[in-house]
Amino acid sequence: MPVTDTNTTVLDKAADTAVRATPVPLAYRVRGLSDRSIAWLFILPTIVLLLAINIFPLIWAVYLSFTNFRANRPNAEIEGVGLSNYQRVLNDPDIWQAMQTTAHFVFWTILLQMLIGFALAYLIDRKFRGHAFWTTVILIPMMLSPAVVGNFWRFLYQPQIGLFNYVYSFFTGVEPSSFEMLGSVTLSPWAIIIVDTWMWTPYVMLICLAGLRSIPDYIYEAAEVDRASAWRQFWSITVPMALPFIMLAVLFRAIENFKMFDMVVLLTGGGPGSTTEVASITLKREAFESWRTGRASAFAIILFVAVFGLANIYVKALNRVKQR
Amino acid sequence: MRKMTKALLGATTALTLSAGASRASELTLCWAAWDPANALVELSKDFTAQSGTEMKFEFVPWPNFADRILNELNAGGKLCDLLIGDSQWLGGSAENGYYVKLNDFFDKEGIKMSDFAQAAVNAYSTWPKGTPNYWALPAMGDANAWFYRKDWFAKPEIQAEFKAATGRDLAPPTTWPELLETAKFFNGKDIDGKKVYGAAIFTERASEGITMGATQALYANGFKYEMTPGKYDMEGAVNSADAVKGLEEYKELYKCCTPPGYTDAYMGETLDAFKSGQAAMAMNWFAFFPGLVKDENVGGDKIGFFNNPKGTTNASTLGGQGISVVANTDNMDGALAYIKWFAQPDVQKKWWSLGGYAVHNAVLNDPSFKASQPFAADFLVAMNQVQDFWQEPSYAILLQAAQKRLHDYVVADKGTAKEALDGLVKDWTEVFEDDGKL
Repeated sequence: MPVTDTNTTVLDKAADTAVRATPVPLAYRVRGLSDRSIAWLFILPTIVLLLAINIFPLIWAVYLSFTNFRANRPNAEIEGVGLSNYQRVLNDPDIWQAMQTTAHFVFWTILLQMLIGFALAYLIDRKFRGHAFWTTVILIPMMLSPAVVGNFWRFLYQPQIGLFNYVYSFFTGVEPSSFEMLGSVTLSPWAIIIVDTWMWTPYVMLICLAGLRSIPDYIYEAAEVDRASAWRQFWSITVPMALPFIMLAVLFRAIENFKMFDMVVLLTGGGPGSTTEVASITLKREAFESWRTGRASAFAIILFVAVFGLANIYVKALNRVKQR
Repeated sequence: MRKMTKALLGATTALTLSAGASRASELTLCWAAWDPANALVELSKDFTAQSGTEMKFEFVPWPNFADRILNELNAGGKLCDLLIGDSQWLGGSAENGYYVKLNDFFDKEGIKMSDFAQAAVNAYSTWPKGTPNYWALPAMGDANAWFYRKDWFAKPEIQAEFKAATGRDLAPPTTWPELLETAKFFNGKDIDGKKVYGAAIFTERASEGITMGATQALYANGFKYEMTPGKYDMEGAVNSADAVKGLEEYKELYKCCTPPGYTDAYMGETLDAFKSGQAAMAMNWFAFFPGLVKDENVGGDKIGFFNNPKGTTNASTLGGQGISVVANTDNMDGALAYIKWFAQPDVQKKWWSLGGYAVHNAVLNDPSFKASQPFAADFLVAMNQVQDFWQEPSYAILLQAAQKRLHDYVVADKGTAKEALDGLVKDWTEVFEDDGKL
């Protein structure tokens, strides 16, 4: 057809022009590249970025951890101190206290989030009327910024005007201003656990829901044919088949909460005293308030090795569960 | 094409030159974001009118001020040409070359440090402390002091009740035991149909709050940093029996008489507690007092002021800052010109009238000074009894240790006052050993 012919002619001409305009050496080079080289060409920018942003700082931190470097004394001579920074970090009772606080926080948040998250996912999976609406409502907390959540709960916990104290008072008759969630040594760790659980349980629920929905219906049908009770179906089908997803949720939340910083800073700032000072706050204070950069680097490396090691062991266990 | 290249080059050159020129005719002054900063903006309009130099301001909220600005200095940033930095930063900033030494400039321009209050010069300008090495011009005198509800203190029924309870007349406390007694008297009382509390004090953990509050009680009870000045021999000074008593009194005041939820309170929270009619007395920096006097609800005749009560001695915790030229500035001449202008007696007088705390003798020795504000006389007394935290280059580590030990004891009920101060000696000794000073 004439129109097509005309178009073809125009396209051919444009292609010829482009070929002529391309410098011969470049065209030759591009033509001469192997698939492997082209692949390298594509991933090179990413590798360079990774090296610059992740690997180099890591190596630099390892180097600094063996020195007396302080970032606020740029003119001072940097001297090697051997393993002294590591020794001091590992012998510092305040750092062990921070590690215990972190472990307490990680343990309880994960336990509560798994129990509540799985229970919610199990309910939502029943597909009752309006379940899509309730799923959206449940997901709202995890969509908020931790900064907003921290400030918002700080007000809720305020003993004189906070809603939390009033609700508790309404049910128990206790004077609202007679207890302080954020100011009490015994209550403040739980205040943070409550907020983190409120915010991140929906995330766990989503992962568990994906696990529950991945279980084929025919397995339950076969179990019913075999007259397995609901309880037996739950423990023999639901839990084992959703377990890899649950374990994945545990891994994600554990890594996140191990480095928890923003919400704790906003809620308690690590206080009262050092009651809620988790490892990341201690690290920040050491690095950017005390400016003991070498010692802070040693602490960061110890934390990194601990998290990396534990995560690796955990991933191996996860793979074993998946293979079962 | 060649014409276009030329035009582009020309435009780029013109833009670069104009940017350089505008940079040379503008100055950025960094400070904390608080009431006096607004007064300084107003005052600096005169400098712009005289010199043609445009003033820009970078004001950082107090809790982030040290983090933000010290990071900037450490990174060799060029954000600030002039910096009104905390007195404790002097040691580090001088030794690390962040501030310009001003001795030669002062000599050349005839600026005499003897024209300023001696305590202010020592605190805000010199490093090593008290030596004639000047790194800043005293800009903002300040100290921690107290204010109270004068109208409540004046109520006959409250006065009678207080007399019956304590056997003395109700008046602003002059000693720490009186302060505690007065705070306990007011705590939990219903006044004007509202439950009120004894005192709002500093308990903040993250930056410097609880240290600046507790040192009011410590200094007043004879707390010293060293047995021999300059020797770093802290044992027996930091943890002396008097210092222990002072810290116990501060904790007692916190436990008995602060409003609920008062575990992490600094300047803003203290002002809020007072302005909302919750606290009978409160501590804060003089810098906020002009604003308090003007407050519609609690200012005017309803507010009174008093200096830190006496323990074994008269003492107040030092606040305030000097203004320094940042060594990294691209506009050194402009920055120095601002310092020269700011040092003039007339400018200092206007600074005081706008709400800034000038410490120039032309202001302080003026016969009308004491009557110029309801707190002016107290300010004069306070500036003659101020004591400052360590100004060492390692001040940040020393401060963090103090924050932790004091908050652990006062707010978190960990250990005894003696253990807290013993721990502080241990922490500070480690810091000075690391610095090679011990």
